[in-house]
Amino acid sequence: MNEREEEIVICRCEEVTLGEIREWIDRGYQTFDELKRVLRVGMGPCQGRGCREMILRELSLKTGKPVSEIHPGTFRPPSKPVKLSLLAAGGDT
Amino acid sequence: MTLKRTADVVVIGAGIQGCSIAYHLAKSGIKDIVVLERSTICSGSTGRCGAGIRAQWGTEMNCRFGLAAIEKFERLHEELGMDCGLHQGGYLVVAFEESEYEHLKESIRLQNSLGIHTRTVSYDEAREICPGLSAEDAVGFTFHGRDGHADPFLTTFAYMEAARRLGVDYQRFTEVRGIRYEAGKVTGVETSRGQIDAPVVVNAAGGYSQHIAKMAGVKIPNSSERHEILITEPVEPGVCPPMLISFSRNFYIQQRPNGSMIGGRSPKGHPQDYGLGVSWDFLESMSRTFVKLLPRTRGVRVVRQWSGLYNMTPDCQPILCEADEVKGFFLSCGYSGHGFMFGPISGELLTQQILGQEPRIPIMMLHYRRFEKGELLVEPAIV
Ligand SMILES: Cc1cc2nc3c(=O)[nH]c(=O)nc-3n(C[C@H](O)[C@H](O)[C@H](O)COP(=O)(O)OP(=O)(O)OC[C@H]3O[C@@H](n4cnc5c(N)ncnc54)[C@H](O)[C@@H]3O)c2cc1C
Ligand code: FES
Repeated sequence: MNEREEEIVICRCEEVTLGEIREWIDRGYQTFDELKRVLRVGMGPCQGRGCREMILRELSLKTGKPVSEIHPGTFRPPSKPVKLSLLAAGGDT
Repeated sequence: MTLKRTADVVVIGAGIQGCSIAYHLAKSGIKDIVVLERSTICSGSTGRCGAGIRAQWGTEMNCRFGLAAIEKFERLHEELGMDCGLHQGGYLVVAFEESEYEHLKESIRLQNSLGIHTRTVSYDEAREICPGLSAEDAVGFTFHGRDGHADPFLTTFAYMEAARRLGVDYQRFTEVRGIRYEAGKVTGVETSRGQIDAPVVVNAAGGYSQHIAKMAGVKIPNSSERHEILITEPVEPGVCPPMLISFSRNFYIQQRPNGSMIGGRSPKGHPQDYGLGVSWDFLESMSRTFVKLLPRTRGVRVVRQWSGLYNMTPDCQPILCEADEVKGFFLSCGYSGHGFMFGPISGELLTQQILGQEPRIPIMMLHYRRFEKGELLVEPAIV
């Protein structure tokens, strides 16, 4: 593996590189949710829109399972970030 | 990974409790330990919690546990070889009622007598500690600077990694379905992947501990309540460095190192259906609390909301003991909203009990017998 590739930032929100993701998969963190817990990938404001696919692909490569068999992780609402002031007003401002 | 057929100790549940217990047992020289987790590591309450850590408590036992836990957290990075995200910005407790403030001041006297340096602070000082704060209607504030929060995932993983280095076997996706016992002694467990013989079994199943206890014929009065929590996108750091908490208004708010704000409160009606849903009601009332207390968060967006289980007992205090009915069956559960912070110390104390030593902080009163005897340990300072 060349070093440049390892340095590619996969999760921009949480600034996590491909190298870090590979390192933790090798340590046994082999589901999306486990990687999320240890590296915070998928926990940024984009909720993983920017990185989930790439991480699932990497998990597939490393574990030999097809992407369709890898659990995509838990999705949590709200799916689009909403301002506190709007929520506080009960949505009627 | 294959499942062993025998072990010296089986620990059920890989949350902070199970992981801390397994680590402390292994560190004490116990060789053959298996931790069984039906899902992934830290997928239960621990991975859903607010991760606050405090010594500001109203009962002596909780003060002792809280202080000992803080001392352990302060050395955890060094001990386990992994950063657990400890942030000691203190807990700033806000009182909105005179009577509440009187209680807090009484608790300070107790805390001070136990070596916990909590003090009252003025509104001006409270705003120095928490620059984003707006609480004109508050009656008073108390502050203890060594309180704070840590990363619940990293803390649990740090215990797991250290335990693995000591030979502990972690089995994910393995559900315990039965406890075997004979003549008043535990003999092993039945799982979704076969059975394991073991003379010691520890119930650290969090929100499901009452089910596990029942499998051993042990009756505990625990129930599990859903509690909700949310996180925002990052705000400029320094808006809320301490954990901001109010017992009467029922909330806690903290700012993570990356600037995101986390806030939670007890739900109305305390749902007990083991569901992990989220509600609009919580989102709205929590958002109101945020914009009122920390006006600078008005324009900040909520990124996620989720929920988790509080494993409750009649006095909101844990059960940490060996079962009377089934020897070798130990319980560490019922932590209500403070089982993360107690993890490092309760794991050490239960290990001492399992090894037949005197726990360095007495835990006799945490036996479930207390409920029958009516010796409840009621703690006033909880959310
Ligand atoms: C919203 C919220 C906020 C909180 N805030 C705080 C806080 O600020 N500070 C604090 O100290 N505490 C807090 N808590 C409480 C804290 O989360 C819990 O007390 C603590 O995490 C309990 O740890 P545990 O290891 O006992 O349980 P868990 O983390 O739930 O672990 C138990 C594990 O057992 C597994 N399990 C269950 N049944 C079986 C079975 N049959 N076979 C195999 N495995 C099984 C589960 O999958 C789970 O992983 C909060 C809780 C919630 C929900
Ligand atoms: S890119 Fe990973 S959470 Fe946004």
